[in-house]
Amino acid sequence: MLLRVLLGFILYGCYLTVFAHKASDSYLTLNVAADKISGQWDIALRDLDFAISLDANGDSAITWKELRKQHDAITTYAFTHLQISTGESPCRIKPTQYLVDNHTDGAYSVLKFDLDCPRLPTEIGINYTLFFDLDPQHRGLLRVEYKGTTHTAVLSPTLNNQKIELARVKSGTVFLQYLHEGIWHIWTGYDHILFLLSLLLPAVLFRQAGQWKPATRFHPVLIEVIKIVTAFTIAHSITLSLATLGVISLPSRWVESAIAASVVLAALNNLYPLIDKKLWLVAFSFGLIHGIGFANVLKDLGLPKNMLLLTLLAFNLGVELGQLAIVSGFLPVAFWLRQTQFYRKAVFSLGSILIAMLAFLWLLERSLNLSLIN
Amino acid sequence: MIIVIAMVFAPDLLAVPFIPDNDEQVLERLPVAADPVNRELLALRNRLNANPGQLDLAINLSKRYIELGKAEADPRYYGYAQGVLKPWWDMPEPPSEVLLLRALILQNRHDFDSALHDLEILLRREPTDAQAWLTQAVILQVRARYDEAQLSCIPLMDLETPLAASTCLASIGSLTGHADKSYDFLRDAFKENQNISTDQRLWSLTVLAEIASRLGRNEEANQFFTEALKIRRQDVYLLNAYADFLIDQKRPAEVIALLNDKTRIDSLLLRLALAKQQLGDNELPNIITQLKARFAANRLRGENLHQGDEARFTLYLLKQPQQALQLAQANWVSQREPKDARILLETAIAAHDPAAAQPVIELINTTGMEHVQLREMAAQLKKN
Repeated sequence: MLLRVLLGFILYGCYLTVFAHKASDSYLTLNVAADKISGQWDIALRDLDFAISLDANGDSAITWKELRKQHDAITTYAFTHLQISTGESPCRIKPTQYLVDNHTDGAYSVLKFDLDCPRLPTEIGINYTLFFDLDPQHRGLLRVEYKGTTHTAVLSPTLNNQKIELARVKSGTVFLQYLHEGIWHIWTGYDHILFLLSLLLPAVLFRQAGQWKPATRFHPVLIEVIKIVTAFTIAHSITLSLATLGVISLPSRWVESAIAASVVLAALNNLYPLIDKKLWLVAFSFGLIHGIGFANVLKDLGLPKNMLLLTLLAFNLGVELGQLAIVSGFLPVAFWLRQTQFYRKAVFSLGSILIAMLAFLWLLERSLNLSLIN
Repeated sequence: MIIVIAMVFAPDLLAVPFIPDNDEQVLERLPVAADPVNRELLALRNRLNANPGQLDLAINLSKRYIELGKAEADPRYYGYAQGVLKPWWDMPEPPSEVLLLRALILQNRHDFDSALHDLEILLRREPTDAQAWLTQAVILQVRARYDEAQLSCIPLMDLETPLAASTCLASIGSLTGHADKSYDFLRDAFKENQNISTDQRLWSLTVLAEIASRLGRNEEANQFFTEALKIRRQDVYLLNAYADFLIDQKRPAEVIALLNDKTRIDSLLLRLALAKQQLGDNELPNIITQLKARFAANRLRGENLHQGDEARFTLYLLKQPQQALQLAQANWVSQREPKDARILLETAIAAHDPAAAQPVIELINTTGMEHVQLREMAAQLKKN
């Protein structure tokens, strides 16, 4: 402790006398992370004193006590001369901590703050007017740290309004990225595939006197498939959009369990048919649930909010493309095999049993929060 | 031991923001508020705030800030001076008083072309404004436009004291191949005019000291310098010039005595460091760290007001001749005083780049400038 005091005293002696005469600058640093922007603003005590008077007792020495008492006034003064925005919408500034630092020309008040921005930043707009009315030679030295790169700018009375582009985000790139995510999700999200397959398995058959018979012509089969796929698509597009835009919101555990249940029901319906006509209605009703599931995935991916509609559209299109690929692979094979025992026994019946069992395990897992598979 | 620890760790310790240990800890010492000058400035400022846009008040306050800025070599005061003139600052043709102050502020920021432009307008309007003629002469001299500078001295004969005109003319004459004649002429004029202001006395003595030093008449130079310092110990231009003279004369101890308490000013801290280097003082690394930080801080502003000094720092204290040469060349674009010529020659020689010295050689040849050190270096370059 004694050493520290001595050290402090020596530092004080060495450095306070060596402070430079320098034109007035403030140092504004913003750290931009994916979900958070935090900042630090160093403002010279001498400049603050010139503007709002810190030296309460007039002895020309500013103590920590005098500075602390003025922290609220400094915050108000400083942040009425600084606006930060992402795109067009202003961010709310929340001071978090007050410190002190020594720069080459003297002591600075260090304001730490968090920014509450309505949109995820692709660019940051700064409107800076601190001290310009008193000292037009004052400069705001801006540093924006983002993903390991640093952007700097000098803010002056003539260049007080500046935009820092964080990354040239091209809408085309984003579109392709989310299209890919959509395809990928339908291909790796087995619950959606199995639900769709359960509905499509009987499409090449028809029911007559309690028996499954192979369909005779391709045309009605195709119509039936298109009806089912379209109904599923429309339904999940509606809920995907509504959930993404925040209009509806359901707990993800509930949604995931419901999706598993929908697969169980669809598969069981093949074994013990309750509904054998108008399967598209089933596709539509359960499609609504699946859409909310898609939305949760999309939210996890992180949405650039200024390109919300674009990403929503791209993801949805990706899902449809993935789905279309599965259908166009399944349909010709199923139609070709429809008259065989293999299709009816192994693929249709056994397949439906296996799907129902697997989906039932999912249902248990998801609703009870267990881990049964893997 | 503790001092050593402090010096090794200090820069890192200082780079981290901290919460002071106790309430009474003094964080910053301001320019003394009780000082009559500052009290007067504050009163003026309050009056102007109560009557915004009042020209007389603004001119008065701005002028006071410029005086203070010059005396303290503190750029913040020039900023305040500009702030006070805000209502008129952006006018293409503001009132004449504003034109002069604007030119002085622009000159301080090394925006010499804009300053000359303002002075030109002013002198067309007020051809009897002595300070405008003088300021114009000084700026033209900094740009090595000696013929025009000389013309700008001539009106001072009628408008100012004869000694002012003589000092102005001798200063320029000494750089254009008439050093001996200018020196004798000014020395005589100085003897004849004893009834003069302290400012005038200081200026004439400084010019005499500088001419003597360029001529290698070191004892006389020393006399003029010490006499000038008796008038005002704080004049930054004089301190710089005298420190340079002492460093050339290898008299570092005197430099340290002269500058030890004036380290707020970058140019003086640089000269203190050069003196400590001559002495082999173990405080030197600490000062180099300080200077490095100061030059870096100035560069961050995107202004290059100190490139001449930075070149000298980079050459002699960082020992990086290539970078130093680049700085000296950049400096030469805006400033062409003898000291700027000198650092360009020194860095060109150190960087083994004789072509880079060419602009200075040309200047010496066309003007016939007499300067012991410059001539020596030019001869050395010619030999190689």
